[in-house]
Amino acid sequence: MYIKAYKKNAPSKKRNMISLWKLYALFFKMGLFTFGGGYAMLPILKKEAVEKQKWLTEEELLNYYSIGQCTPGIIAVNAASFIGYKLHKLSGLVSATLGVISPSLIIIVLVAALLRQYMDNQYVQWAFGGIRIGVIALIIDTVWDMWQKGVKGIRGYIVFTAAALLLWLFNLSAITIVILAALAAFIPDLRRTQK
Amino acid sequence: MIYALLFYEFFKIGLFAIGGGLVTVPFLFDLAEEYGWFTSGELADMIAVSQSTPGPVGINMATYAGYKTAGICGALAATLSEVLPSMIVIYFIAQALNKWQNNPNINKILSGLRPAVLALILFAGWSIAQETITDYKSLGIMLGLLVAMRLIKKSPIYFIAASAIVGVILHI
Repeated sequence: MYIKAYKKNAPSKKRNMISLWKLYALFFKMGLFTFGGGYAMLPILKKEAVEKQKWLTEEELLNYYSIGQCTPGIIAVNAASFIGYKLHKLSGLVSATLGVISPSLIIIVLVAALLRQYMDNQYVQWAFGGIRIGVIALIIDTVWDMWQKGVKGIRGYIVFTAAALLLWLFNLSAITIVILAALAAFIPDLRRTQK
Repeated sequence: MIYALLFYEFFKIGLFAIGGGLVTVPFLFDLAEEYGWFTSGELADMIAVSQSTPGPVGINMATYAGYKTAGICGALAATLSEVLPSMIVIYFIAQALNKWQNNPNINKILSGLRPAVLALILFAGWSIAQETITDYKSLGIMLGLLVAMRLIKKSPIYFIAASAIVGVILHI
């Protein structure tokens, strides 16, 4: 048991040794395989940053997404900045952010300059049709996994259902949902039996 | 000088567009109106290309708009200026979060937020699905991919590649 616990803790020691270059390279890879908005990046962040590299926990990743919703800028960049800061303070923040924006810089400039006709190619369109469907499945798969850690107890179910209904019926903005959920955290628990 | 103007305008977008990539569209539309750097038709084109190329949509659009305005250096200027406000704000928030990570109230809020964020993420998937899942064929493919993901715990990279191949084979 002791050994197991030790082994479990070992990767967090390794964490500090990740070079800025490797941080850049891994965020480059994650940016490259993000199709769509910041939410589409969540599955790959969960797999690469949480499960493979063990840079942070699922809970922390969701914290970063909640805060990234309500702060200026693009959510994918906000999440990358948070993770980079956690690993290497300011220099980590800068390398992670530069990593996540680099694929866009290269690919968009290429597409805009040379490959405009690439977008009209029938095979490319079919491939992207498939990817768009794949992204939906990836999002569902990720939420399914995170549900187990992110939604606990009756309070969790109520907040999830209320947020989903408010989004679906009233189309409230993400920032409104986050503020309401933050306020709801202070509603006292009526059932005293909860641990 | 065009780069200073690009810096100013895209820094502003980065600072005021709260909530992700597509929120920047109205700001870009204003730029098209005010400076004529690109037309609104080209803007529609940019949105389409940004959504179907690798990389977060918001970054792709900033890069494209900057490129249209002033070439490769314009692309660099626009993208870096747009992410700069995020980096500054997150830097201070991450510092504060570090300091208060054991504060019970902060933890109460953060864990209370998680179910809501999951609902937001699922809703984002639902919004994409409304445009993408249009018939039984696409629904079947989505469910098939989902089952494969639940059974085979592989990196999303493989599934992105697999769904591209499925798209080409089945002509989606």
